[in-house]
Amino acid sequence: MIIEQWLIDLAWIVVKILAVVGPLLIAVAYLTLAERRVIGFMQLRKGPNVVGPFGMFQPFADALKLMAKETILPAGADKVVFILAPMLTFILALVAWAVIPFDAGLVLADINVGILYLFAISSLGVYGVIMAGWASNSKYAFLGALRSAAQMVSYEVSMGLVIINVLICVGSLNLSDIIEAQRGMWFALPLFPMFVVFFISTLAETNRAPFDLPEGESELVAGYFVEYSSMSFALFFLGEYANMILMSAMTTVLFLGGWLPPFDFAPFTWIPGPIWFILKIMLCLFVFLWVRATTPRYRYDQLMRLGWKIFLPFSLIYVVLTAGFLMAFDKLPGIGG
Amino acid sequence: MLSSVFFYLFATICCLSGLMVVSSRNPVHSVLFLILAFFNAAGLFILLNAEFLAMLLVVVYVGAVAVLFLFVVMMLDINYSELREGFQKYLPLGLFIGAVLLVELFATFFEYSGNIKSLPSPGDVHNTKALGQIIYTDYVYLFQLAGLILLVAMIGAIALTLRKRVGVRKQVIADQNARTRAETVKLAKVETGAGVKEISR
Repeated sequence: MIIEQWLIDLAWIVVKILAVVGPLLIAVAYLTLAERRVIGFMQLRKGPNVVGPFGMFQPFADALKLMAKETILPAGADKVVFILAPMLTFILALVAWAVIPFDAGLVLADINVGILYLFAISSLGVYGVIMAGWASNSKYAFLGALRSAAQMVSYEVSMGLVIINVLICVGSLNLSDIIEAQRGMWFALPLFPMFVVFFISTLAETNRAPFDLPEGESELVAGYFVEYSSMSFALFFLGEYANMILMSAMTTVLFLGGWLPPFDFAPFTWIPGPIWFILKIMLCLFVFLWVRATTPRYRYDQLMRLGWKIFLPFSLIYVVLTAGFLMAFDKLPGIGG
Repeated sequence: MLSSVFFYLFATICCLSGLMVVSSRNPVHSVLFLILAFFNAAGLFILLNAEFLAMLLVVVYVGAVAVLFLFVVMMLDINYSELREGFQKYLPLGLFIGAVLLVELFATFFEYSGNIKSLPSPGDVHNTKALGQIIYTDYVYLFQLAGLILLVAMIGAIALTLRKRVGVRKQVIADQNARTRAETVKLAKVETGAGVKEISR
């Protein structure tokens, strides 16, 4: 009986996980399409519009094409690490969704240290990149991996400080609490500079333009995944886009009030929370694409300068300011509680 | 029951990957196994209800320290066979240190077995808050002292590695911004065949 109950619980957990991962994968597929279409329109082109209505079947055509390709293992590659790296990238992009709350109570695991879990998982993303670069036994891949590792580690520091800013306003590490604390005013308003810093850091963290140096085509061919083909390449690709969605979700949770409607009255409250959440994620993703279509790539020393000499001191000062403000006006949350 | 299953899972993988750290041929694999060991240690922390420490272990050790480790190990041009040569020489020392640690572990185990209390759980305050209370309120001066020591270490490391190289082109943004149009651009009417030699400043 106990085993039976246990199995039912397990099956229920698996169903819940699939309910998150399935739509996520479809979202990833359509994000690739959206990227090409949006950038196409911004550059006065049409983008892929032939396969299916409005090009809706394009992602599936691409996926089928990738699956039909040959998987190549480079000579001299470290085979285990080489195969492990794309898997790791993809898995890490998915496991982080365990703590993302879609609505009040609608979350897989409502853990107390949710934001730290997200931060930890996103900081692990760098391993997929380094392992891929090293295991490929190729100079281009290795150089791309080194750049990426330095970049991701640098921007994590300022991201951590921005998260601290939010945390001292909330007084909890739980994501649902963070969202509930934004009822009335989203943190994007009082912490607007931090919102901007965080968003730019997420661009760097996901290796997106204008910080896509790890894959800078002009110098490194394609960076850390030059040697990958077929499904192993597809996993990197999916991982990158899943990470973009994840980072947008993180921005939404921290600054844009998660599932909360923008105004707490009638026409806005009719729309259910998850819809708001998804709309906000889509807004962030659109900005991701917009930035890619409009900004040139940063030079490497400029990237490091921005991370260490501008964002880091600025977010540190802002932590002091926020803490001082909350202290002075006696608004610190969770004292005694 | 489930938690003990997970305990043995994490503990076994942790021990095995610890073993692989010292025994694997390739130093990069060693570091990757070290990361796996950190991970499982974090899992053990979660089983002890110390989720904050678990996350911190992942963020700090796996997310930052091990990345730099991996960085360094990958950049080194290592001769694997040379690496093996020192094995005989260092074996006694290694065994000695291992024995000392094992004795300490057993001493702790027998001292506290029976009344093992993994973590003090003060009522409804969860351990992140309890930890914050201890570090930032009860022992704030010691904490600041530790921070100061780290600062000194950081400055020392920077002072040791920072060197000014001559002849390196570097972007000085203040200089660039201070330039005016008059001193950078000059409109010249170049006669065909004469070139621009004469008008160069």
